[in-house]
Amino acid sequence: MSTSSRSRPWIFLGKRLAYGLLAILAIAVINFFLLKMAPGDAAEAMAGEAGTATPEYIAELRAQFGLDQPVLVQLGHFLARLATFDLGYSFRYGEDNVTLIFDRLPATLMLMSASLLVAVIGGIIFGVTAARYANRAPDQAISLVALLLYATPPYWIGLILILVFSVWLGWTPTSGMVDVLAFNTGWAHVVDVAHHMILPALTQAFFYLAIYIRLVRAGMLDVLSLDFVRVARAKGISESRIMYRHALRNAVLPLLTVVGTNLGGFLGGAVLTETVFSWPGVGRLMFDAMFARDLNLLLSILVLSSAFVVLTNLVVDLLYVVINPTVELK
Amino acid sequence: MMRAFLTSAARNWPVSLGAILLLVILFMALTAGIFFPEGPYVSVGRPLQWPGDLAGAPMGTDALGRNMAAGIFYGARISLLVGFASVAVALIFGIVVGAYAGYYGGWIDNLLMRATELFQTIPQFMLAIVVVAIFGPTIKVIVFALAVVSWPAIARLVRGEFMVIRERAYIQGCIVLGMKDTRIIFTQILPNALSGVMVMSTVLVATAILMESALSFLGFGDPNVITWGSMIGSGRNNMRDAWYIITIPGLCLLITALALNLVGNGLTDLMNPRLRKRKVK
Repeated sequence: MSTSSRSRPWIFLGKRLAYGLLAILAIAVINFFLLKMAPGDAAEAMAGEAGTATPEYIAELRAQFGLDQPVLVQLGHFLARLATFDLGYSFRYGEDNVTLIFDRLPATLMLMSASLLVAVIGGIIFGVTAARYANRAPDQAISLVALLLYATPPYWIGLILILVFSVWLGWTPTSGMVDVLAFNTGWAHVVDVAHHMILPALTQAFFYLAIYIRLVRAGMLDVLSLDFVRVARAKGISESRIMYRHALRNAVLPLLTVVGTNLGGFLGGAVLTETVFSWPGVGRLMFDAMFARDLNLLLSILVLSSAFVVLTNLVVDLLYVVINPTVELK
Repeated sequence: MMRAFLTSAARNWPVSLGAILLLVILFMALTAGIFFPEGPYVSVGRPLQWPGDLAGAPMGTDALGRNMAAGIFYGARISLLVGFASVAVALIFGIVVGAYAGYYGGWIDNLLMRATELFQTIPQFMLAIVVVAIFGPTIKVIVFALAVVSWPAIARLVRGEFMVIRERAYIQGCIVLGMKDTRIIFTQILPNALSGVMVMSTVLVATAILMESALSFLGFGDPNVITWGSMIGSGRNNMRDAWYIITIPGLCLLITALALNLVGNGLTDLMNPRLRKRKVK
C-alpha cells in the first residue's frame, strides 16, 4: 500500500520542506505585527538609547529605517532582511542580534540535549518498570513521583536542588557553566562543564520525565497485552528481554513524536533554567533582553527558536519514517 | 445515575483529595481579606522571622518583615484568577476554532489546523514573555498571554470530537431538518463534545498557574500584586539562611497543580468506562 509513495521520497521531502518554510514565514509575519502593536517604534527606542531624542532626529531615523513607509512595504523589507539572516542590531549589546543569539546557542543546545537525554532514558527505564509491575508497589511509587514532578514548578525544583546539593551538601556548583577562576583546558574543562551542567539538566528534565514515564507506561501496557508477547513468554524468553527488545520497540514510537512537539517547550523552559543557574545560553539572553526592554532582540530570539523547532520537527518526521516502515508518506 | 456517580467519586479517592485541596486553596483566596485586612504589604515584625518565631505570622516574615501567610493567602487569589480566567478565554477561542475545523473539514479545517500547529510550534513560554513585553505586565495581559499559548491544545481536541460526532445519524437528521450550521455546532454537537474538554481544562489551568508563577518569578508579572511566583523570586536572595521563603509558596503551587491534575485524571477515569474496565483486569 505504501510502496507507491515510498518509491518517491523526494516529493514527500519537498512537501515537508515547503511546509516548514511556510511555517517560518508565517511566524515571522506574526512577529512583525506583534512588534507593530508595541507602543512606540524602533526609532523612538533607538533615540532613547542614543540619549538625543529631538523630534527631527527621530523623524530622520524613521526615514532611515523605512518606518515612514506603509506597513506592507515595511513587512516586505522585514522579510527581505530576514531572508539574508539580518535580524537587526542590538544597541544594548552593541552587536548584531543574529550574532548574539548564535554565540549563546551552543550552551543552550548542550543543556537541552543533556536534559532531553535524561528525560527520554529515564522515561523509558521508569516507564518500562512501571508497566512491568503494573498496579503493584513499584508502579504506584513511580506513578506518584511522576504525578508530583508534573505538578512542580520546574524553576522551583532548580532552587531546591541548589539548596540541597550546592548549599547544604556542597557537591555541585551553584551557578554558571565553568569555574571562571580555574582556567581549565582539555579534559579538565569538559569535566568542569559537565559538573556545572548536572543540576540544570536535571531541573529541565524533570517535567518531561514525568510526561515520558506516563507515555511509555501506557504504550507498554498496550503492547504487553498482544499475542506476540504471550508467545515470547511461552518460548521462555527472559522478562527483561521481552520488555526491552520486543515490547519497547513497539511502544517507543509515540515517544518520538511527543519529544518532537516538546522541543519548543524545552526552549521555553530554558529561559527559566538558565536564569536560575546563570547558564550563559539563549534563555538567559532572553531574560536579559526582557529586562533591558530590547523588544527587537526578544522577537529575534522568538523567531529563531520557532524556526529551530520547525526544522527539528522536520528531522523527527523523517526519522519516524525511517524507524517505522509501516508509516505512509503523505 | 447521580448517586452512582457520587459513590464512584468517593471510592476514587484521588479525585476527592484533589477536590478537597482545591477547596482549601479557594478558601484561602476568598478569606484573604478577612484574615489579613491590612493586606500583604505591611510589615508586621522583624524581617526573616522563621515560621513559629512570631505570633501572628505562622509562616514567618520575608526580607521586608511582611507576613508570609498574608502573601500566601493573597497569592492564592492571583493564581486561581489567572489560571481559570486564561483557560476560560482559551476555551472560547479553542472551541470556536476546533468546532468549525472539525465540522466543516476540507480547506477550512486545513487552514485552521495549520494555524493551530503553528502556535504549537512557537515556544510557548517565550511567546508569553514576548506578549507581556509588548503589552505591559498587567493581570489582563498575562491572562491574555496564557490564553494565547493554551488554546491550540483545546482546538485540536474539540476538532477531533467534532469529526467523530459529525458523522452520527442524529446530526444527519438535524441537517435534513434544515437546521442552520451554527445551531447544529453549538446546540447539537458541542454539548456532547464538552466532557473531554472539561478534563483537559483542569490540567490546562494547572499549567497556566505554573506559567503565571514562572513569569512572576522572573519579575515579568504584574508588579502591583503579590503572587506565589514573585514571593519565590524575591526569596531567592535569602535562600541560604531563610529557605522557608522559597519553600512555602513553592509547596502551595505544587499542591494547587497537583490537586487540579488529580481531579482531571480522576474525571477521565470516571467518564471513560473502558479505562475503568482495564483497571479492574
